[in-house]
Amino acid sequence: MAPETPRVALFVTCLVDMFRPTVGFAAIRLLEQAGCRVEVPMGQTCCGQPAFNSGDRATAADLARNVIAAFENYDYIVAPSGSCAGQMHAHYAELLADDPNWAGRAAAMAAKTHELVSFLTDVMGMQAVTARHAGSVTYHDSCSGLREMGVKAQPRKLLASVAGLSLTEMEDSEVCCGFGGTFCVKYPEISVRMVSDKMANITATGAETLLAGDMGCLLNMAGRLKRQGSGVHVRHVAEVLAGMTGEVPAIGEGKA
Amino acid sequence: MLATSPKFKENASAAMADAGLQQALARTKPRFIQKRANAAAGLPEFERLREIGRDIKNHTIAHLDFYLETFERNVIANGGQVHWAATAEDARKIVLDICRKANARTVTKGKSMISEEIGINDFLARHGITPIETDLGEYILQLRKEPPSHIIGPAFHLNREDWEKSFREGHTQLDPDRKFNERRDLLTEARTVLRERFMAADVGITGANFLVAETGTSVIVTNEGNGDLTQTIPRVHIALASIEKCVPTLEDATSLLRLLARSATGQDFSVYTTFSSGCRRAGDPDGPEEYHVVLLDNGRSNMIGGDFQDMLRCIRCAACMNHCPVYMTVGGHAYGWVYPGPMGSVLTPTLIGVDQAGHLPNASTFCGRCESVCPMKIPLPRMMRHWRERQFERHLTPAAARYGLGFWAWFAKRPGMYRLATRVAMGTLGWLGRKKGRFAWLPLASGWTAGRDMPAPEGGTFMARYARQARRG
Repeated sequence: MAPETPRVALFVTCLVDMFRPTVGFAAIRLLEQAGCRVEVPMGQTCCGQPAFNSGDRATAADLARNVIAAFENYDYIVAPSGSCAGQMHAHYAELLADDPNWAGRAAAMAAKTHELVSFLTDVMGMQAVTARHAGSVTYHDSCSGLREMGVKAQPRKLLASVAGLSLTEMEDSEVCCGFGGTFCVKYPEISVRMVSDKMANITATGAETLLAGDMGCLLNMAGRLKRQGSGVHVRHVAEVLAGMTGEVPAIGEGKA
Repeated sequence: MLATSPKFKENASAAMADAGLQQALARTKPRFIQKRANAAAGLPEFERLREIGRDIKNHTIAHLDFYLETFERNVIANGGQVHWAATAEDARKIVLDICRKANARTVTKGKSMISEEIGINDFLARHGITPIETDLGEYILQLRKEPPSHIIGPAFHLNREDWEKSFREGHTQLDPDRKFNERRDLLTEARTVLRERFMAADVGITGANFLVAETGTSVIVTNEGNGDLTQTIPRVHIALASIEKCVPTLEDATSLLRLLARSATGQDFSVYTTFSSGCRRAGDPDGPEEYHVVLLDNGRSNMIGGDFQDMLRCIRCAACMNHCPVYMTVGGHAYGWVYPGPMGSVLTPTLIGVDQAGHLPNASTFCGRCESVCPMKIPLPRMMRHWRERQFERHLTPAAARYGLGFWAWFAKRPGMYRLATRVAMGTLGWLGRKKGRFAWLPLASGWTAGRDMPAPEGGTFMARYARQARRG
């Protein structure tokens, strides 16, 4: 049973921490609007996914233990990323399964770890947000959020409550943008081809703004759109839902 | 087949520049995906069936010795013979031996990926026996001297013009005025030529989609009926199958058949599903005089009990590659060996070594779409990750990636140092990029910036800003 005012630990994610602090503040605002008490454990760095997916299990396990120690005593752990949340929710238990001191703790933490937007709707029962955003948007389903955390309808539901916003679905919104963590620099040519296909689908919607729930995908798509001179603005979905688009230029755009 | 997997990057680069291939991929991709989605949606119990399929295979693999021996006993009881081949070389020798005893000059072949895996065509040809592929796609590839690029649509990479050109070059008796306007025209030509081959062949080699232990039956599915002609007309039928094709009962085989075609082509069922149990009995109107099953291990039994055991559930439907954004960008030949796409990225390193096939499990974004459509629920990304772990343990991971990871990990394990380093780095980058909001070039980031700008960070880190706010209260 969720307490009335759950204590939620925000897992900021390394890309939000480094590239897009506003998304972290947007997450806090949304969580507070949903009735949570939000804390940011200072011991956090990275969930360890880059090491895990590079085959460095020892480092990934070390980082997982750090995260568990810093986060396990909260009611919930929430990340503005399906990818990092997926790592904690779907992979920590597997990663630490052979470690008798940590296996149980990993599984317990996994069970209360959520991606931000789906947490707001599915756990906190949020039906609508108070934000306004005049304009058309399209939404990309990031892979881990979609397939590991079941994030699909939740962002669309909350976006539908944003005053002035219209959502146009793109073709193949569930197809990977080609980011794939280190994939994008290990196989840049394939990655760029994939993000170019994605860009064609984005552009075909005519939407002014592209939204998604993961900074990795957003940096990749923004990077390609801007390289090609596209005027499509790119933002994390939390910025729009929290009504914070006025606080920072879109991703890859300068301070005009 | 000589693996070009070590040159995956070069292969991929060439594939992306190949306009014909890109046209073929773009044409086929949406069809496969839509058809599979419709087929799955049309069967209310499809998801439940996936679980049943997974459980059938898990059970069989856990007791594989028992079921294989049961299968062997029943094949023998039906008058057939079973040959155990530990390696590809063993399998080639067994097949050649059977062909020689039958005084075979020509051999017809149904589509079989195992025959590609053991390279039987070249081997038989070197020993004076002519193999003739009878699956239309495989037949065209044989004319073109190319390997398949897809496990169920071997000529996936070709367009209609390529087919016509191959016929005109390969069938020298063809009237130059003959028109090939439609698919039907191509089929008619293939059928005319192949009919004679079917009648003349001494031995027919097929693969097997399933081996049924309780009845000693091999099962094939085709859409062209070529497999039936291959296994019923010649005096000798050889079914080439790897050991994990075994299932306990006919009931199990039919459960898996319900998944196979739907996952593969989106059909409810393939056009022909053929069960072969032994040779012609007294009074049978047709059928071979000899029925041989060659059971190939080739490293598979070593997968049991390890990280890659789940891969043995694979029923070769190709849903994983049909839904893979990387496969659909580079095509099957780029993977450089018999099995492409996600299933190949797991299987190929076990068969030719991770030192040869190391690129394959890395050339995935782990988007997870393969696993989400796999009828056998094989955790393909997880097993690709296991290969990356092997590479990391054996120091096969490229040095730059290894050092980069080590450098990052050193900081990530030390929150205080990490805070300081990221604050300084992001502060600097944010300040440098504040006007344009992005970088067209950054040191050590050419992999990113060759085709993309790097968005500039906002400046400062979240953690630093949050701590400042907290101090202010």
